[in-house]
Amino acid sequence: MNRNSNTYTIIYSIVLVAVVGVALSVVYQALRPKQLENIANDTKKQILMSARLSPEKGESVSALFDHHIVSSYLVDASGNRVDNTENPFDINIAIEFKKPVDERLLPVFECSTDNGLKYIVPVYGAGLWGPIWGYIAFDNNGNTIYGAYFSHEGETPGLGAEIEKPTFQNQFEGKDIFASNGEFTSIAVVKTGKEPQGKAWVHAVSGGTITSQGVQKMLYDSLEPYTAFFSNLADGESVVLKEGGNDEIPEGFTGEEDTSEGLQLQPQEL
Amino acid sequence: MKISKSWLPLVNPLSKDNPVIVQVLGICSALAVTAKLEPAVVMTISVTAVLALANVIISLIRNTIPNSIRIIVQLVVVAALVVIVDQVLKAWNYEVSKALSVFIGLIITNCIIMGRLEAFAMSNRPWPAFLDGVGNALGYGIILIIVAFIRELFGSGSIFGYQVIPQWWYDAGYQNNGMMILPPMALITVACIIWVHRAKNKDLQEK
Repeated sequence: MNRNSNTYTIIYSIVLVAVVGVALSVVYQALRPKQLENIANDTKKQILMSARLSPEKGESVSALFDHHIVSSYLVDASGNRVDNTENPFDINIAIEFKKPVDERLLPVFECSTDNGLKYIVPVYGAGLWGPIWGYIAFDNNGNTIYGAYFSHEGETPGLGAEIEKPTFQNQFEGKDIFASNGEFTSIAVVKTGKEPQGKAWVHAVSGGTITSQGVQKMLYDSLEPYTAFFSNLADGESVVLKEGGNDEIPEGFTGEEDTSEGLQLQPQEL
Repeated sequence: MKISKSWLPLVNPLSKDNPVIVQVLGICSALAVTAKLEPAVVMTISVTAVLALANVIISLIRNTIPNSIRIIVQLVVVAALVVIVDQVLKAWNYEVSKALSVFIGLIITNCIIMGRLEAFAMSNRPWPAFLDGVGNALGYGIILIIVAFIRELFGSGSIFGYQVIPQWWYDAGYQNNGMMILPPMALITVACIIWVHRAKNKDLQEK
């Protein structure tokens, strides 16, 4: 057969692509369960990292997770538990955050540590090149951050990608997300030299301005639906938040417009 | 030492015809994955698997490939193998696959691979092609591992993630060289290796 004819070339490429396609799908199907398990373990590790727990080399992440995460459940934007058979761990945060605030299912992981019970919540937002996400662990006053973990899909190494380094994440420890009058202020991420009044702040990543702004927006947008839940926690513990009360805070913050309005000002500070 | 001629495809690329330090190919990934030893070793294994298999496959079908689309056929074979390696890594060593992220995918664009397919596998039988693939990948890997060893030792004070520089050195004022972690030092380290290599091999020096 003439190897330079068009017919031969076309048939050859079709056969080649078909063979390669079948081979790839077989490999994909065979490895999928193991890959999903790895991804789940990685998520568990990220959740634990936010509560300052990191597995030793060779230690089973799953076992550590089961040991420390004593309970996990879903809440709604008014702070009530949602009866849902779905495992909070399997909630796809990316999809959940696209819904209107009052329809969102908000996962909470209770984590027992040497320093008491911590409440871990996921955060999700946009960086410069792609999604960024993280987990924030709170003390049982529903206000003070115990630890934070951030990760990203494809931020610039050395710049935006620094948000996954401990030097950035450790800044969040001990910061309050409510002002002393009970108002939800979140955490500002500001350039060196700026010190916003009336709210807690951390230093931005130098050279990673847009990623840093992304972190600030992510924290505000993702933590705001939890304000009612945090207030309930605080009331249970009778810590701060006296004036704010249970009802005022969530109502002031439920609208989508409020969110964007509050944020329009903040990036200017960066 | 006399080496029989049939083993030359395996042995030559290790030193005299090394793809990185003599032909200066595959430099991009040599900069990117050599800050730590573990990713460098995994990269070496991945490239070896891809290059050896691609060489054999192309060599087996070399007489059937239509000349007009031979580069495309080579690319499809390499791309398929790279995806398989990527999937296997995700299943067996998720941490490393996260660390190597895009660089596994970029094996496709590694000039060494296309170069060997076009220059060797298209015109040789499978066994020599296999040896050539393994030899070139190892020649590439040796440099990767030497560079990663130097960079991890001086940059992080560790080998394979285990601390080897004792704490009392740090207490006495020793510091890790942060510059070693950055890509430019990979280039400088490669350049030093090329320098030493050429000084030892007089026949590589241009007149």
